Amino acid sequence: MSLLTTLLSTVPFANAGGAIGAGLAAIGAGLGIGQIGRGAVESIARQPEAVNDIRANMILTAALIEGVALFAVIAGILAMFV
Amino acid sequence: MIVRRVKSLLVAAFSLFCLSVAAQHPGENGGAIDNEAGKGEAKETSKKFDANEVIFGHVLDAHQFHFLSYKDKEERVHHVGISLPVILYSPQRGFEAFSSANFHHGEARYKNYLLVTPEYKEYLIKNNVYTEEQAMKLQNESIIATDENGLPSSTVKVYDFSLTRNVVQMILALIVLVWIMLSVAKRYRRGQGVTSAPKGLQNALEIVITFVRDDVAKPNLGHKYRKYMPYLLTVFFFILINNIVGLIPGSANVTGNIAFTLVLGLISFLVILLSSNKHYWGHIFNPPVPGGVKPIMIPVEVLGIFTKPIALIVRLFANMIAGHIIIICLISLIFIFGNLSNGVGWGFSPVSIAFTVFIYFIEILVAFLQAYIFTNLTAVFIGQAFEGSHDDVNHHEDPVIV
Repeated sequence: MSLLTTLLSTVPFANAGGAIGAGLAAIGAGLGIGQIGRGAVESIARQPEAVNDIRANMILTAALIEGVALFAVIAGILAMFV
Repeated sequence: MIVRRVKSLLVAAFSLFCLSVAAQHPGENGGAIDNEAGKGEAKETSKKFDANEVIFGHVLDAHQFHFLSYKDKEERVHHVGISLPVILYSPQRGFEAFSSANFHHGEARYKNYLLVTPEYKEYLIKNNVYTEEQAMKLQNESIIATDENGLPSSTVKVYDFSLTRNVVQMILALIVLVWIMLSVAKRYRRGQGVTSAPKGLQNALEIVITFVRDDVAKPNLGHKYRKYMPYLLTVFFFILINNIVGLIPGSANVTGNIAFTLVLGLISFLVILLSSNKHYWGHIFNPPVPGGVKPIMIPVEVLGIFTKPIALIVRLFANMIAGHIIIICLISLIFIFGNLSNGVGWGFSPVSIAFTVFIYFIEILVAFLQAYIFTNLTAVFIGQAFEGSHDDVNHHEDPVIV
């Protein structure tokens, strides 16, 4: 039991938790933005005249999803330092 | 044209002058810590590169603009930067104002106030004045009141109203914004750009302002857009200028500061609340959902009032601070590798610099994008707050097109 408590107190689990959380968020953001990219490129292929509108919407949506991923990064940083 | 050249030359000369005045700070064995042996030791051993300190030193607020430091032949450190005024108020000691150069980057005590640095915290821990947790609570670059021996005073409270670098950069962005907008507006009032073709800065600003009007304000706010245009344009340009200036090395990280974005989000929240109508509150406290779902939806809707501004706040803050941290980390990698060996540090620099340049371009895009997203979402929320009920909006019957 004391071995477990010693192990738990010396290993920096908060840092590891924060980093793993940020990594998972990056996976989520990658998947999400990949879906946006796929949808955007397919739409451009279907209607090349709408390229500008589609590009604008794609960048906007990608930025919103990055916002969510960065919420998770901030949570990871908080786990490390708070 | 010539006048403009002379003006920019004058601005450049003035800034160089300010820099040179602020530059001379050889590290002094000063009165901050009455432990000269300890100070001497810290000077002789070369400090290992502490990435944590560098990152948070760049990203957080400080009492001086710090551009670079170098060591001269006698291993003394010189800092080049602009020291900003420190304005303190203490209920016990009264009002004080002086230049932060008196602190000599945390090495000297001035009028029994001192700047907290990692070395001071280590000194407190080593001499058993504070435990590690208590020392961790002291924030770097904050000013604390001390007694005569340089130890933190427990009786004197000090409130810091200084012009820190975030404040100075905000004021600079404000001056730039007001100057550009007022001078362009004066030109429009004289008729140039109204009865004749726009000239100069009017061209650039027209594109941005009509973009905000046609793609952000009109689609979301309908026919009431003119009332909100000043606020939307102000928010857009203020965030944009602070983002762009924050990308210059040596500048302050204003938009990556949660207090700054908190106030922006609060103001947007106020604007949204002030433009809400009965229909909006009706939807929140009596959402048009089946009766069984209502007890779940009402708390969700009430929380939704607050989560939307909070998302605005955290989104801007997280994007900007993450970008700055990434850039600093990529550059710090050179020094982290340099800790292993000199050759690895030098060899890694081209890779690191290539990545940094790439990320810099993305950060410029993010600067514009985050300003646009903040403005767009504020417009969307304002539009949601005053939209009428869906039955009495005029439906125009589109003729059937075959």
